[in-house]
Amino acid sequence: MNLTLLIVQLLNGLQLGILLFLLASGLTLIFGIMNFVNLAHGSLYMVGAFLCATFTQLTDSFILGVLLALPATAIFGLLLDRIVVRYLYQRDHLDHVLATFGLILVLNTAAHMIWGPDGIVVPLPGWLDTRVEPLAGVVIPVYRLAIIAVGMAVAAGLYLLITKTRIGMRIRAGASNRDMIGALGVDINLLFTFVFALGAVLAGLAGMMVAPITEASIGMGNSIIIVTLVVIVIGGIGSIKGAFIAAIIVGLIDTMGRSYLDVLFEQFMSIQNAETSAPAISAMLIYILMAAVLAVRPQGLFPPKGR
Amino acid sequence: MSLSNLGIRGSVIVLVMILLALVPVLAAVTDNAFYLDVATRLVILAMAAVSLNLILGNGGMISLGHAAFIGIGAYSVGIPAYYDMYNGFIQIPLAIAASALFALITGAICLRTKGVNFIMITMAFAQMLFFAFVSIEEYGGDDGLVINVRSEFGGLIDLEDNVSLYYLSFVSLLAVLYLVHRIVNSRFGMVIGGAKGNERRMQSLGFNTYRYQLTAYVIAGAICGYAGTLLGSFTNFISPEMLDWSRSGELLFMVVLGGTGTLFGPVLGAAAFLLLEEYLSPLQDYLLFDGAGIYWQFSFGIILILVVLFGKGGIVGFLDRLDEKRQRRKAKGHD
Repeated sequence: MNLTLLIVQLLNGLQLGILLFLLASGLTLIFGIMNFVNLAHGSLYMVGAFLCATFTQLTDSFILGVLLALPATAIFGLLLDRIVVRYLYQRDHLDHVLATFGLILVLNTAAHMIWGPDGIVVPLPGWLDTRVEPLAGVVIPVYRLAIIAVGMAVAAGLYLLITKTRIGMRIRAGASNRDMIGALGVDINLLFTFVFALGAVLAGLAGMMVAPITEASIGMGNSIIIVTLVVIVIGGIGSIKGAFIAAIIVGLIDTMGRSYLDVLFEQFMSIQNAETSAPAISAMLIYILMAAVLAVRPQGLFPPKGR
Repeated sequence: MSLSNLGIRGSVIVLVMILLALVPVLAAVTDNAFYLDVATRLVILAMAAVSLNLILGNGGMISLGHAAFIGIGAYSVGIPAYYDMYNGFIQIPLAIAASALFALITGAICLRTKGVNFIMITMAFAQMLFFAFVSIEEYGGDDGLVINVRSEFGGLIDLEDNVSLYYLSFVSLLAVLYLVHRIVNSRFGMVIGGAKGNERRMQSLGFNTYRYQLTAYVIAGAICGYAGTLLGSFTNFISPEMLDWSRSGELLFMVVLGGTGTLFGPVLGAAAFLLLEEYLSPLQDYLLFDGAGIYWQFSFGIILILVVLFGKGGIVGFLDRLDEKRQRRKAKGHD
């Protein structure tokens, strides 16, 4: 095992964790406040990536593309909430699952109609598309560091918003006891629309940041939404803190499992057995973690107080 | 009971079942094997949907991982076939045992959770299995595995003949419907239904609802695993894609589309689902413009959302409302 690879993989895991947090924070608030299961949250991630790709092409600047795509994704989230989602608040979970499953099909196909079947490459500006070598032999793309920095900044901003502002107080209250805050005169629907749009922006931002690495493509949200759901369930539905910790844990475990599980297995089984079983186990690792957490704590690690 | 007593709901169900029984004849007369293909898939998926409905409609357990059992069943045909073991009398018990065991282990953990967490953890277990099959290179990994020879039953029935396979599936569906009917109306089924309505009340009546729910979960998994063996034989192919979470979502949709908690609802739902899947694309080509068909999932998704928002009770619910209207009109006529 060499140190260089370890550092690079740790950063990769951290980066995945940050992206997962951006998706999970919005989703967990939406769950927490309206008890609304939104499988289509991954589609907002995709929409963010495609909008960013389009605006980047129009303006020839990735940064401008992101700055334009952020409000556009917020508006998209608002529209989605007004047109479809708000009719689902009062329904049960089964209806949420099915309707948002339908929404995924609609949005994926709509993206196909608008942007075509192929992915769109999003070029990075030169100053982001370089590498640094902080330690001899440890080469890290600047863009990865930028993703981590932006994600940390957003997490800090979100923390301040939730803990220090009036709207944050209402969001926390809503996650603890929806009926009570409604009875105290807070317009819970308005609050939820705000949270839904906020969640859309956060998910969209994750999509925009990942687009230069993977390109914007149809169905890119389909697999990450599952991992995001795992994150919020592990963290405890409705808890931002839980989402953050679980996202980092899941990001690290997934990345480290994929790169080091075979080495670990070789310690106590033949190399051949280790090489065949390690990929299978490492792909299942986060689900095993989720099952283990739920078996011990059915509410997740940090369930919001008061429910 | 005479035919006129069936009402609209009963008549439609009887009509659909008769039609299903006659599909091979229709396919032979019209010389169109495509009908038989669709009908076989329909009947097998209907079986899976009926098993899902046992826990969903009667037990209130929203599982988003039911396709895992289809996968287990299909792989129970595919993996032995990979080692040249085609005996259905081994494959099918293997599928049922493996599905039941998977349901027992995962269900024991899932049922500790409630609400959203139950949905998520059932899905997580199915995804776990999905990734396990994806990463087992020996059995094709991502690309799946071709099944050269379908399940063999020692000359008793030849599944290589598509009509035989169809009738085996159809008779199995009837048997499953009867079994589920008996379960739902038994004391056991009453406890499951009671726990759906008010779990705490059933517990204070002295029932260990957890055990009852787990048993129902295992039964549903085993039935679905059996359906999976037929699907594996039918498609001559298995791949992890069969147990992807969107397949589980589709099964849920079939149940809701047909009518949750009704015996024949999932069958009608599966039929409507497959008809949409097969004909929405050519319909769009025909109605809109050439090439519009590839976007069929757009209208499919909208239909799904509309069914959820406005289709109270699914197809069976709709037929019931027609029946009610007719009753009222009749009553008025007598005045």
